[in-house]
Amino acid sequence: MLEVSGLGCLRGERRLFSGVSFSLRPGGLIWIQGGNGSGKTTLLRTLCGLTQAMAGEVRWRGKTIQALDEDYRRELTYIGHANGLKEDLSAQENLLVAAHLAGQPASRAEVAGALHGIGLAGREHLPVKFLSQGQRRRAALARLRLAHPRTLWLLDEPFNALDTQAVAGMRQIMENHLGQGGMIALTTHQDVAIQAADAQTLRLDA
Amino acid sequence: MMQTLRYVVSRDVLLAMRRRADVATTLFFFVIVASLFPLGVGPEPKLLRAMAPGILWVAALLASMLSLGRLFAEDYADGSLEQLALVPEPLALMVIGKVMAHWLVSGLPLVLISPVIALQFDLPAEAIVTLLLALLLGTPLLSLIGAIGAALTVGVRGGGVLISLLVLPLYVPVLIFGAGAVDASAMGMDASGHLSILGALLLLGMVLAPWATAAALRISLE
Repeated sequence: MLEVSGLGCLRGERRLFSGVSFSLRPGGLIWIQGGNGSGKTTLLRTLCGLTQAMAGEVRWRGKTIQALDEDYRRELTYIGHANGLKEDLSAQENLLVAAHLAGQPASRAEVAGALHGIGLAGREHLPVKFLSQGQRRRAALARLRLAHPRTLWLLDEPFNALDTQAVAGMRQIMENHLGQGGMIALTTHQDVAIQAADAQTLRLDA
Repeated sequence: MMQTLRYVVSRDVLLAMRRRADVATTLFFFVIVASLFPLGVGPEPKLLRAMAPGILWVAALLASMLSLGRLFAEDYADGSLEQLALVPEPLALMVIGKVMAHWLVSGLPLVLISPVIALQFDLPAEAIVTLLLALLLGTPLLSLIGAIGAALTVGVRGGGVLISLLVLPLYVPVLIFGAGAVDASAMGMDASGHLSILGALLLLGMVLAPWATAAALRISLE
Protein backbone atom coordinates (compact mmCIF):
# COMPACT_ATOMS: atom_id res chain seq x y z
CA MET A 1 0.00 0.00 0.00
CA LEU A 2 1.20 3.47 -0.87
CA GLU A 3 0.45 6.19 1.65
CA VAL A 4 1.16 9.83 1.00
CA SER A 5 0.70 12.31 3.79
CA GLY A 6 1.03 16.07 3.78
CA LEU A 7 3.31 16.09 0.75
CA GLY A 8 4.56 19.51 -0.36
CA CYS A 9 6.97 20.58 -3.05
CA LEU A 10 8.73 23.77 -4.03
CA ARG A 11 9.97 24.71 -7.47
CA GLY A 12 12.49 27.48 -7.04
CA GLU A 13 10.75 30.00 -4.78
CA ARG A 14 7.25 28.97 -5.74
CA ARG A 15 5.11 26.51 -3.86
CA LEU A 16 3.84 23.92 -6.32
CA PHE A 17 1.53 22.02 -4.05
CA SER A 18 1.25 21.31 -0.39
CA GLY A 19 -0.72 19.07 1.92
CA VAL A 20 -1.23 16.34 -0.68
CA SER A 21 -2.47 13.21 1.05
CA PHE A 22 -3.92 10.01 -0.32
CA SER A 23 -3.48 6.29 -0.06
CA LEU A 24 -3.47 3.68 -2.77
CA ARG A 25 -4.56 0.11 -2.05
CA PRO A 26 -4.01 -2.96 -4.24
CA GLY A 27 -6.24 -2.57 -7.27
CA GLY A 28 -6.38 1.18 -6.72
CA LEU A 29 -6.00 3.87 -9.34
CA ILE A 30 -5.34 7.54 -8.79
CA TRP A 31 -5.72 10.21 -11.46
CA ILE A 32 -3.57 13.22 -10.84
CA GLN A 33 -5.12 16.19 -12.57
CA GLY A 34 -4.25 19.82 -12.85
CA GLY A 35 -3.32 22.51 -15.36
CA ASN A 36 0.09 22.92 -16.94
CA GLY A 37 2.69 23.69 -14.33
CA SER A 38 0.55 22.58 -11.43
CA GLY A 39 3.17 20.03 -10.35
CA LYS A 40 1.81 16.74 -11.67
CA THR A 41 5.17 15.57 -12.95
CA THR A 42 6.93 16.78 -9.80
CA LEU A 43 4.45 14.84 -7.70
CA LEU A 44 5.08 11.65 -9.68
CA ARG A 45 8.84 12.15 -9.45
CA THR A 46 8.49 12.66 -5.70
CA LEU A 47 6.54 9.42 -5.50
CA CYS A 48 9.45 7.70 -7.31
CA GLY A 49 11.98 9.22 -4.95
CA LEU A 50 13.71 11.16 -7.73
CA THR A 51 12.72 14.50 -6.21
CA GLN A 52 12.90 15.22 -2.50
CA ALA A 53 9.73 16.49 -0.88
CA MET A 54 9.89 19.73 1.12
CA ALA A 55 7.24 18.49 3.52
CA GLY A 56 5.39 15.29 4.24
CA GLU A 57 6.34 11.74 3.44
CA VAL A 58 5.65 8.83 1.14
CA ARG A 59 5.28 5.41 2.73
CA TRP A 60 5.28 2.04 1.00
CA ARG A 61 3.97 -0.90 3.03
CA GLY A 62 4.38 1.19 6.17
CA LYS A 63 7.97 2.33 5.67
CA THR A 64 9.22 5.55 4.12
CA ILE A 65 10.53 5.15 0.61
CA GLN A 66 13.87 6.70 1.64
CA ALA A 67 14.33 3.90 4.18
CA LEU A 68 13.32 1.21 1.67
CA ASP A 69 15.39 2.70 -1.15
CA GLU A 70 16.27 -0.21 -3.50
CA ASP A 71 13.51 -2.44 -2.11
CA TYR A 72 10.99 0.22 -3.10
CA ARG A 73 12.52 0.70 -6.53
CA ARG A 74 12.25 -3.05 -7.06
CA GLU A 75 8.46 -2.70 -6.89
CA LEU A 76 7.85 0.28 -9.09
CA THR A 77 7.83 1.13 -12.75
CA TYR A 78 7.99 4.77 -13.73
CA ILE A 79 7.38 5.95 -17.25
CA GLY A 80 8.18 9.60 -17.42
CA HIS A 81 7.47 12.37 -19.82
CA ALA A 82 10.65 11.48 -21.68
CA ASN A 83 10.53 8.00 -23.13
CA GLY A 84 13.93 6.91 -21.87
CA LEU A 85 14.77 5.28 -25.19
CA LYS A 86 18.17 5.45 -26.84
CA GLU A 87 17.76 6.75 -30.39
CA ASP A 88 20.54 4.60 -31.85
CA LEU A 89 19.19 1.34 -30.46
CA SER A 90 16.18 -0.48 -31.83
CA ALA A 91 12.99 -0.78 -29.83
CA GLN A 92 13.85 -4.40 -29.09
CA GLU A 93 17.35 -3.57 -27.82
CA ASN A 94 15.99 -0.71 -25.74
CA LEU A 95 13.42 -2.95 -24.14
CA LEU A 96 15.89 -5.78 -23.52
CA VAL A 97 18.33 -3.44 -21.79
CA ALA A 98 15.56 -1.79 -19.77
CA ALA A 99 14.21 -5.15 -18.63
CA HIS A 100 17.61 -6.46 -17.61
CA LEU A 101 18.56 -3.28 -15.78
CA ALA A 102 15.27 -3.35 -13.95
CA GLY A 103 16.27 -6.79 -12.68
CA GLN A 104 13.52 -8.55 -14.66
CA PRO A 105 15.45 -10.42 -17.32
CA ALA A 106 13.28 -11.01 -20.35
CA SER A 107 14.02 -13.26 -23.29
CA ARG A 108 14.10 -11.98 -26.85
CA ALA A 109 10.82 -13.77 -27.51
CA GLU A 110 9.12 -12.09 -24.55
CA VAL A 111 10.35 -8.69 -25.68
CA ALA A 112 9.22 -9.33 -29.24
CA GLY A 113 5.85 -10.43 -27.88
CA ALA A 114 5.48 -7.24 -25.87
CA LEU A 115 6.34 -5.11 -28.92
CA HIS A 116 3.90 -7.06 -31.10
CA GLY A 117 1.23 -6.64 -28.49
CA ILE A 118 1.62 -2.89 -28.49
CA GLY A 119 1.49 -2.64 -32.26
CA LEU A 120 5.14 -2.35 -33.22
CA ALA A 121 5.34 -5.61 -35.13
CA GLY A 122 7.77 -5.34 -38.01
CA ARG A 123 9.46 -2.28 -36.54
CA GLU A 124 11.19 -3.86 -33.57
CA HIS A 125 14.60 -3.82 -35.26
CA LEU A 126 14.43 -0.25 -36.52
CA PRO A 127 16.54 2.29 -34.60
CA VAL A 128 14.22 4.37 -32.46
CA LYS A 129 15.25 7.56 -34.27
CA PHE A 130 13.26 6.36 -37.29
CA LEU A 131 10.06 5.88 -35.28
CA SER A 132 7.29 8.46 -34.98
CA GLN A 133 6.46 10.09 -31.63
CA GLY A 134 3.50 7.77 -31.14
CA GLN A 135 5.57 4.71 -31.96
CA ARG A 136 8.26 5.80 -29.52
CA ARG A 137 5.65 6.20 -26.82
CA ARG A 138 4.41 2.71 -27.61
CA ALA A 139 7.94 1.34 -27.38
CA ALA A 140 8.38 2.96 -23.95
CA LEU A 141 5.02 1.65 -22.75
CA ALA A 142 5.86 -1.85 -23.99
CA ARG A 143 7.79 -2.27 -20.73
CA LEU A 144 4.43 -2.56 -19.01
CA ARG A 145 3.58 -5.60 -21.13
CA LEU A 146 6.59 -7.65 -20.08
CA ALA A 147 6.00 -10.78 -18.12
CA HIS A 148 6.86 -9.64 -14.59
CA PRO A 149 5.16 -6.34 -13.97
CA ARG A 150 5.99 -4.32 -10.89
CA THR A 151 3.28 -3.66 -8.36
CA LEU A 152 3.22 0.12 -8.57
CA TRP A 153 3.03 1.94 -11.87
CA LEU A 154 3.71 5.66 -11.97
CA LEU A 155 2.82 6.93 -15.42
CA ASP A 156 3.34 10.47 -16.60
CA GLU A 157 1.00 11.27 -19.49
CA PRO A 158 1.04 7.69 -20.77
CA PHE A 159 -1.47 8.42 -23.53
CA ASN A 160 0.49 11.28 -25.05
CA ALA A 161 0.89 10.95 -28.83
CA LEU A 162 -0.97 7.62 -28.87
CA ASP A 163 -3.75 6.96 -31.37
CA THR A 164 -7.17 5.74 -30.20
CA GLN A 165 -6.33 2.11 -30.88
CA ALA A 166 -3.18 2.26 -28.77
CA VAL A 167 -5.04 4.09 -26.01
CA ALA A 168 -7.61 1.29 -25.94
CA GLY A 169 -4.79 -1.27 -25.76
CA MET A 170 -3.13 0.56 -22.90
CA ARG A 171 -6.43 0.80 -21.07
CA GLN A 172 -6.75 -2.96 -21.34
CA ILE A 173 -3.24 -3.46 -19.93
CA MET A 174 -3.95 -1.12 -17.05
CA GLU A 175 -7.24 -2.79 -16.21
CA ASN A 176 -5.52 -6.19 -16.18
CA HIS A 177 -2.85 -4.83 -13.90
CA LEU A 178 -5.41 -3.39 -11.50
CA GLY A 179 -7.36 -6.65 -11.63
CA GLN A 180 -4.24 -8.51 -10.46
CA GLY A 181 -3.85 -6.24 -7.45
CA GLY A 182 -1.54 -3.68 -9.02
CA MET A 183 -1.61 0.03 -8.30
CA ILE A 184 -1.44 2.90 -10.76
CA ALA A 185 -0.90 6.60 -10.32
CA LEU A 186 -1.14 8.53 -13.56
CA THR A 187 -1.39 12.01 -14.92
CA THR A 188 -3.26 12.69 -18.10
CA HIS A 189 -5.14 15.38 -19.96
CA GLN A 190 -7.09 12.85 -21.95
CA ASP A 191 -10.40 11.43 -20.89
CA VAL A 192 -9.88 7.70 -20.75
CA ALA A 193 -12.37 5.58 -18.85
CA ILE A 194 -10.40 2.97 -16.94
CA GLN A 195 -12.42 0.47 -14.95
CA ALA A 196 -11.04 0.26 -11.44
CA ALA A 197 -12.43 -1.12 -8.22
CA ASP A 198 -11.05 1.84 -6.35
CA ALA A 199 -10.52 4.99 -8.42
CA GLN A 200 -9.73 8.39 -6.97
CA THR A 201 -9.02 11.78 -8.49
CA LEU A 202 -6.54 14.28 -7.13
CA ARG A 203 -6.73 17.87 -8.33
CA LEU A 204 -3.53 19.77 -7.78
CA ASP A 205 -4.54 23.30 -8.67
CA ALA A 206 -7.67 23.29 -6.56
CA MET B 1 24.82 -6.87 -9.20
CA MET B 2 27.60 -7.92 -11.61
CA GLN B 3 24.88 -8.70 -14.11
CA THR B 4 23.56 -5.15 -13.90
CA LEU B 5 27.08 -3.73 -14.22
CA ARG B 6 27.63 -5.84 -17.31
CA TYR B 7 24.45 -4.55 -18.88
CA VAL B 8 25.31 -0.90 -18.26
CA VAL B 9 28.78 -1.38 -19.77
CA SER B 10 27.54 -3.32 -22.77
CA ARG B 11 24.72 -0.83 -23.37
CA ASP B 12 27.14 2.10 -23.49
CA VAL B 13 29.71 0.28 -25.58
CA LEU B 14 26.99 -0.77 -28.01
CA LEU B 15 25.79 2.83 -28.24
CA ALA B 16 29.33 4.01 -28.90
CA MET B 17 29.70 1.40 -31.63
CA ARG B 18 26.54 2.75 -33.28
CA ARG B 19 28.20 6.16 -33.34
CA ARG B 20 31.74 5.41 -34.30
CA ALA B 21 32.33 9.01 -35.36
CA ASP B 22 32.28 10.12 -31.72
CA VAL B 23 34.84 7.50 -30.75
CA ALA B 24 37.03 8.39 -33.70
CA THR B 25 36.91 12.10 -32.79
CA THR B 26 38.63 11.47 -29.46
CA LEU B 27 41.29 9.26 -30.98
CA PHE B 28 41.98 11.58 -33.92
CA PHE B 29 42.19 14.57 -31.63
CA PHE B 30 44.89 12.79 -29.62
CA VAL B 31 46.81 11.72 -32.69
CA ILE B 32 46.60 15.14 -34.36
CA VAL B 33 47.57 17.20 -31.32
CA ALA B 34 50.50 14.91 -30.54
CA SER B 35 51.61 14.86 -34.18
CA LEU B 36 51.46 18.61 -34.75
CA PHE B 37 54.07 19.34 -32.10
CA PRO B 38 57.03 17.77 -33.91
CA LEU B 39 55.98 19.68 -37.03
CA GLY B 40 55.59 22.92 -35.13
CA VAL B 41 58.71 22.97 -32.96
CA GLY B 42 61.02 21.44 -35.54
CA PRO B 43 62.75 18.07 -35.78
CA GLU B 44 65.38 18.62 -33.08
CA PRO B 45 65.56 15.12 -31.46
CA LYS B 46 66.82 16.31 -28.07
CA LEU B 47 64.08 18.91 -27.76
CA LEU B 48 61.38 16.48 -28.87
CA ARG B 49 62.55 13.81 -26.46
CA ALA B 50 62.45 16.30 -23.59
CA MET B 51 58.96 17.51 -24.47
CA ALA B 52 57.40 14.19 -25.35
CA PRO B 53 56.08 13.09 -21.92
CA GLY B 54 54.37 16.41 -21.29
CA ILE B 55 52.88 16.70 -24.77
CA LEU B 56 51.58 13.15 -24.86
CA TRP B 57 50.00 13.49 -21.44
CA VAL B 58 48.42 16.87 -22.15
CA ALA B 59 47.04 15.52 -25.43
CA ALA B 60 45.60 12.45 -23.67
CA LEU B 61 44.10 14.62 -20.98
CA LEU B 62 42.40 16.99 -23.42
CA ALA B 63 41.20 14.12 -25.60
CA SER B 64 39.64 12.42 -22.60
CA MET B 65 37.92 15.66 -21.62
CA LEU B 66 36.51 16.06 -25.12
CA SER B 67 34.15 13.13 -24.68
CA LEU B 68 33.13 13.92 -21.10
CA GLY B 69 30.26 16.18 -22.09
CA ARG B 70 28.44 13.22 -23.61
CA LEU B 71 28.88 10.95 -20.60
CA PHE B 72 25.56 11.83 -18.95
CA ALA B 73 24.12 14.62 -21.12
CA GLU B 74 22.39 12.37 -23.66
CA ASP B 75 21.00 10.03 -21.03
CA TYR B 76 19.69 13.08 -19.21
CA ALA B 77 18.04 14.53 -22.30
CA ASP B 78 16.23 11.36 -23.38
CA GLY B 79 15.10 10.36 -19.90
CA SER B 80 17.22 7.23 -19.58
CA LEU B 81 19.20 8.77 -16.72
CA GLU B 82 15.99 8.83 -14.65
CA GLN B 83 15.47 5.19 -15.49
CA LEU B 84 19.06 4.37 -14.47
CA ALA B 85 18.48 6.18 -11.18
CA LEU B 86 15.41 4.00 -10.60
CA VAL B 87 17.22 0.70 -11.20
CA PRO B 88 17.00 -1.30 -7.98
CA GLU B 89 20.77 -1.17 -7.47
CA PRO B 90 22.93 1.62 -6.05
CA LEU B 91 23.32 4.53 -8.46
CA ALA B 92 27.09 4.37 -7.88
CA LEU B 93 27.06 0.98 -9.62
CA MET B 94 25.48 2.55 -12.72
CA VAL B 95 28.18 5.21 -12.57
CA ILE B 96 30.94 2.58 -12.40
CA GLY B 97 29.45 0.90 -15.44
CA LYS B 98 29.23 4.12 -17.42
CA VAL B 99 32.77 5.15 -16.47
CA MET B 100 34.10 1.73 -17.47
CA ALA B 101 32.38 2.04 -20.83
CA HIS B 102 33.71 5.58 -21.25
CA TRP B 103 37.24 4.37 -20.60
CA LEU B 104 36.91 1.39 -22.95
CA VAL B 105 35.71 3.69 -25.70
CA SER B 106 37.80 6.81 -25.21
CA GLY B 107 40.70 5.85 -22.90
CA LEU B 108 41.85 2.44 -24.03
CA PRO B 109 42.29 3.38 -27.71
CA LEU B 110 44.61 6.23 -26.63
CA VAL B 111 46.65 3.85 -24.51
CA LEU B 112 46.97 1.41 -27.38
CA ILE B 113 48.01 3.98 -29.96
CA SER B 114 50.38 5.91 -27.68
CA PRO B 115 53.51 3.77 -28.44
CA VAL B 116 53.17 4.64 -32.12
CA ILE B 117 52.87 8.34 -31.33
CA ALA B 118 55.81 8.08 -28.92
CA LEU B 119 58.02 6.88 -31.78
CA GLN B 120 57.58 10.26 -33.44
CA PHE B 121 59.32 11.81 -30.44
CA ASP B 122 62.17 9.31 -30.54
CA LEU B 123 61.51 8.10 -26.99
CA PRO B 124 63.68 5.18 -25.83
CA ALA B 125 62.01 1.79 -25.56
CA GLU B 126 61.88 1.75 -21.73
CA ALA B 127 60.21 5.16 -21.74
CA ILE B 128 57.58 3.90 -24.19
CA VAL B 129 56.80 0.96 -21.92
CA THR B 130 56.53 3.35 -18.98
CA LEU B 131 54.27 5.63 -21.01
CA LEU B 132 52.01 2.69 -21.77
CA LEU B 133 51.84 1.68 -18.11
CA ALA B 134 51.33 5.25 -16.92
CA LEU B 135 48.51 5.83 -19.41
CA LEU B 136 46.98 2.48 -18.46
CA LEU B 137 46.81 3.64 -14.84
CA GLY B 138 46.08 7.28 -15.59
CA THR B 139 43.34 7.24 -18.22
CA PRO B 140 40.79 5.34 -16.08
CA LEU B 141 41.49 7.92 -13.40
CA LEU B 142 40.77 10.70 -15.92
CA SER B 143 37.42 9.06 -16.72
CA LEU B 144 36.59 8.67 -13.01
CA ILE B 145 37.41 12.28 -12.15
CA GLY B 146 35.74 13.54 -15.31
CA ALA B 147 32.52 11.73 -14.39
CA ILE B 148 32.18 13.90 -11.28
CA GLY B 149 32.41 17.05 -13.39
CA ALA B 150 30.04 15.65 -16.01
CA ALA B 151 27.50 14.74 -13.33
CA LEU B 152 27.66 18.18 -11.72
CA THR B 153 27.09 19.97 -15.01
CA VAL B 154 24.43 17.69 -16.45
CA GLY B 155 21.50 19.76 -17.68
CA VAL B 156 23.46 23.01 -17.30
CA ARG B 157 23.74 25.19 -20.38
CA GLY B 158 27.34 25.81 -21.42
CA GLY B 159 28.30 22.84 -19.30
CA GLY B 160 31.32 22.11 -21.49
CA VAL B 161 33.32 25.07 -20.23
CA LEU B 162 32.22 24.42 -16.69
CA ILE B 163 33.39 20.80 -16.85
CA SER B 164 36.86 21.96 -17.87
CA LEU B 165 37.01 24.42 -15.00
CA LEU B 166 35.85 21.84 -12.49
CA VAL B 167 37.88 18.93 -13.70
CA LEU B 168 41.20 20.38 -14.86
CA PRO B 169 42.53 21.19 -11.37
CA LEU B 170 41.82 17.60 -10.36
CA TYR B 171 43.60 16.33 -13.47
CA VAL B 172 46.82 18.11 -12.50
CA PRO B 173 48.18 15.41 -10.14
CA VAL B 174 47.56 12.77 -12.80
CA LEU B 175 49.40 14.91 -15.33
CA ILE B 176 52.35 15.54 -13.01
CA PHE B 177 52.91 11.94 -11.98
CA GLY B 178 52.05 10.55 -15.40
CA ALA B 179 54.46 12.79 -17.26
CA GLY B 180 56.96 12.45 -14.39
CA ALA B 181 57.04 8.69 -14.80
CA VAL B 182 57.83 8.92 -18.50
CA ASP B 183 60.39 11.66 -17.86
CA ALA B 184 62.20 9.60 -15.24
CA SER B 185 62.22 6.59 -17.50
CA ALA B 186 63.52 8.59 -20.47
CA MET B 187 66.42 9.77 -18.33
CA GLY B 188 67.23 6.21 -17.35
CA MET B 189 65.85 6.45 -13.83
CA ASP B 190 63.40 4.20 -12.05
CA ALA B 191 59.77 5.21 -12.69
CA SER B 192 58.16 2.82 -10.21
CA GLY B 193 57.68 5.57 -7.63
CA HIS B 194 55.61 7.68 -9.99
CA LEU B 195 53.67 4.65 -11.19
CA SER B 196 52.91 3.59 -7.61
CA ILE B 197 51.50 7.03 -6.85
CA LEU B 198 49.38 6.87 -10.01
CA GLY B 199 48.16 3.44 -8.92
CA ALA B 200 47.33 4.75 -5.46
CA LEU B 201 45.45 7.70 -6.97
CA LEU B 202 43.54 5.28 -9.20
CA LEU B 203 42.48 3.19 -6.20
CA LEU B 204 41.40 6.31 -4.34
CA GLY B 205 39.47 7.46 -7.41
CA MET B 206 37.78 4.07 -7.81
CA VAL B 207 36.50 4.26 -4.25
CA LEU B 208 35.49 7.91 -4.04
CA ALA B 209 34.56 9.05 -7.56
CA PRO B 210 31.54 6.77 -8.24
CA TRP B 211 30.06 7.74 -4.92
CA ALA B 212 30.61 11.47 -5.51
CA THR B 213 29.28 11.16 -9.07
CA ALA B 214 26.14 9.38 -7.89
CA ALA B 215 25.51 12.11 -5.32
CA ALA B 216 25.99 14.79 -7.98
CA LEU B 217 23.60 12.99 -10.35
CA ARG B 218 20.91 12.80 -7.69
CA ILE B 219 21.15 16.56 -7.26
CA SER B 220 21.08 17.16 -11.02
CA LEU B 221 18.03 14.93 -11.42
CA GLU B 222 15.93 16.79 -8.84
